Amino acid sequence: MSFWTRHHIFEKNSIILIIGILAVISVGGLVEITPLFYLKSTIEVVDGIRPYTPLELTGRNIYIREGCYLCHSQMIRPLRDEVERYGHYSLAAESMYDHPFQWGSKRTGPDLARVGAKYSDDWHVTHLTNPRAIVPQSVMPGYPFLAETEVDPSMIADHLRTSRAVGVPYTDDQIASAVDDLKAQADPDSAGVDGFAKRYPKAVVRNFDGKPGMPTEMDALIAYLQMLGTLVDFKLYNEKANLR
Amino acid sequence: MNQSLSSKRMTNGEAGLALFFSLAAFLCLIGAAKAVDSAFAFHASLGAAASLWAVFAIFNRYFDRPYAAPPQEINGRPNYNLGPIRFATAISVFWGIAGFTVGLLIACQLAWPALNFDLPWTSFGRLRPLHTSAVVFAFGGNVLIATSFYVVQKTCRVRLAGELAPWFVVLGYNFFILIAGTGYLLGVTQSKEYAEPEWYADLWLTIVWVTYLLVFLMTLIKRKEPHIYVANWFYLAFIITIAVLHLGNNPAIPVSVFGSKSYILWGGVQDAMFQWWYGHNAVGFFLTAGFLAIMYYFIPKRAERPVYSYRLSIIHFWAIIFLYIWAGPHHLHYTALPDWAQTLGMTFSIMLWMPSWGGMINGLMTLSGAWDKLRTDPVLRMLVVSVAFYGMATFEGPLMSIKVVNSLSHYTDWTIGHVHSGALGWVGFVSFGALYCLVPWIWHRKALYSLKLVNWHFWIATLGIVIYISSMWVSGILQGLMWRAYNSLGFLEYSFIESVDAMHPFYVIRATGGALFLIGALIMAYNLWMTVRVGEAEELTPASSPALQPAE
Repeated sequence: MSFWTRHHIFEKNSIILIIGILAVISVGGLVEITPLFYLKSTIEVVDGIRPYTPLELTGRNIYIREGCYLCHSQMIRPLRDEVERYGHYSLAAESMYDHPFQWGSKRTGPDLARVGAKYSDDWHVTHLTNPRAIVPQSVMPGYPFLAETEVDPSMIADHLRTSRAVGVPYTDDQIASAVDDLKAQADPDSAGVDGFAKRYPKAVVRNFDGKPGMPTEMDALIAYLQMLGTLVDFKLYNEKANLR
Repeated sequence: MNQSLSSKRMTNGEAGLALFFSLAAFLCLIGAAKAVDSAFAFHASLGAAASLWAVFAIFNRYFDRPYAAPPQEINGRPNYNLGPIRFATAISVFWGIAGFTVGLLIACQLAWPALNFDLPWTSFGRLRPLHTSAVVFAFGGNVLIATSFYVVQKTCRVRLAGELAPWFVVLGYNFFILIAGTGYLLGVTQSKEYAEPEWYADLWLTIVWVTYLLVFLMTLIKRKEPHIYVANWFYLAFIITIAVLHLGNNPAIPVSVFGSKSYILWGGVQDAMFQWWYGHNAVGFFLTAGFLAIMYYFIPKRAERPVYSYRLSIIHFWAIIFLYIWAGPHHLHYTALPDWAQTLGMTFSIMLWMPSWGGMINGLMTLSGAWDKLRTDPVLRMLVVSVAFYGMATFEGPLMSIKVVNSLSHYTDWTIGHVHSGALGWVGFVSFGALYCLVPWIWHRKALYSLKLVNWHFWIATLGIVIYISSMWVSGILQGLMWRAYNSLGFLEYSFIESVDAMHPFYVIRATGGALFLIGALIMAYNLWMTVRVGEAEELTPASSPALQPAE
């Protein structure tokens, strides 16, 4: 029986054809994906990585909602020009709590992996409201509505709880105080700042949009942008430590 | 016997589906009432309305239909089920034009940002997924469903399995499109490219897709032909693999069962790998395997020649579905994805060149002995040029997957150009060719309204594609070179915004190319509309027409 007549078994039996297809398509995925879950070298151990604060997480969800990832990557490649333009190449650990990841696939605008602390809050408010007010050649859409929309804090604890369910290590304390922490991070004068600082050491507390009252979506988005890439202190980061 | 003829009874399917939709309507109403965000309330209301309509439609159909189920055969010929195919065909043209229009709009937004209007639902970030989903899933998906239902019936010489199930697939799929599309405008997205719809839309799609698989499979199982025709292998691989990819990439936990937002189970590196395993194989199986099935049926039919090589089609089939799955990591070169995975992705992407060109050769060489038809038949010309674009895109793809090339091309417009040479040239043209064949067949027309208009469509759209992809090559490579340019003192030569500024002329040219492509599609829509409206009806010939030979 030739090879070609043997193939008739697939052509004459739809169930065997299905089994054949399933077998053939599973190999690649199994080989490439499963090891990522158990090989320790996939994600290096780095000091400083922490889950997002409630305000940053809210900002991140706005970033996702508006489709920012379609024009801005968050993944600096270890190429000379990128490292000089954007900073240290991105580490796997820096996105280990990202559900979903935001590495992006296109740079219509610049990479944002380390945009945190590069510009002032004022700069961001003006730029997000009307990008061409600051960068005349920019093709970015304006987002004036962010400053006018207050953040709805009612669901934030559920967001943290769901994040914990998918693997982000939020503590019970962080979940219980989510609403207070959300408000406190954008209000340096509030009583909740001390508790917030204890739960999220080194997180920045500022009135990001410069307006009093409840945090707006502008506060949240800027809080997120301003922390991007700032968690790891690369003066202390030891590349060699992760060589295995 | 007389008893069953005189008393009309609901079939299990009708009763079950009516019950299913009554329950769905009830659940959707609860969802709408308890919704925690307005987008979810809107979608739940849509779901309730659609479910109630479905219950009404099922009963209406029941009261109108004859007592017995439609016969499987009439005068010895299969009684083909064409209704769902007609619907999917017609709506694919509508979605195509909608998707191309949104594409043109976002292309113009990149050239003239004032067109974003600073409103949430008109900004680039929300319209871009609308464009990609409308062209890939709404246009392409409906073409695939329509052609697969047609081809599987014809090549198995049986009526489609199920009576309500094919309608459920077609209408359910388009309802998914509606939920996904309106969701993007309202900011409902999980941000995974080409898998943006949120958890409830994903769940609904799963139900629809499993039904699609069952309809297709049951039709195969009851076939009258001993062999399963090669086009059906590709359709089957497409349906099964899309199901696997969809389930692998989308497991998420909703924040509230009454809200639209969810968090995906995978995070960081693993999420990236899952995403591009999915993303590249959405290209490999949705936009390639499915449309290769179209190639394997429509080109032989139109050229009236058998498929060039049966053995090549066997090798083509198994090689392409095995290799494609590995190619995903080439979207993640030089990222934080481990190097070994990147290298595997690159290696298999390069190997993928061979089966891709094997398939191209099989499609092109099918014209052996019929090449003269290219001069006289613009529909065949469209189908053949689509295969040529397929060959071009599948050469460019492996090239771009090489890490050094990718270090230049990644993140630039070159990727956009590459995607569109495949999407406009291959998927677009093979779909148009199939639609030009399919519409006269399923509406029983002798011929198309006007071959001259097909010719116009062909040339305008081809010009549009060439303008589009060449402008993106230039802008992409220019962008990549500007980003890595150093001056004589060893500093970066250009700021980022200088590269943005340099793109403007190319974005204008690209939009022109897209506009031409859209004009071509509008000509097609008019032509197809007139074919159905005023085309001369085909005389139904008795059962003497020869059946399609298995490709051997």
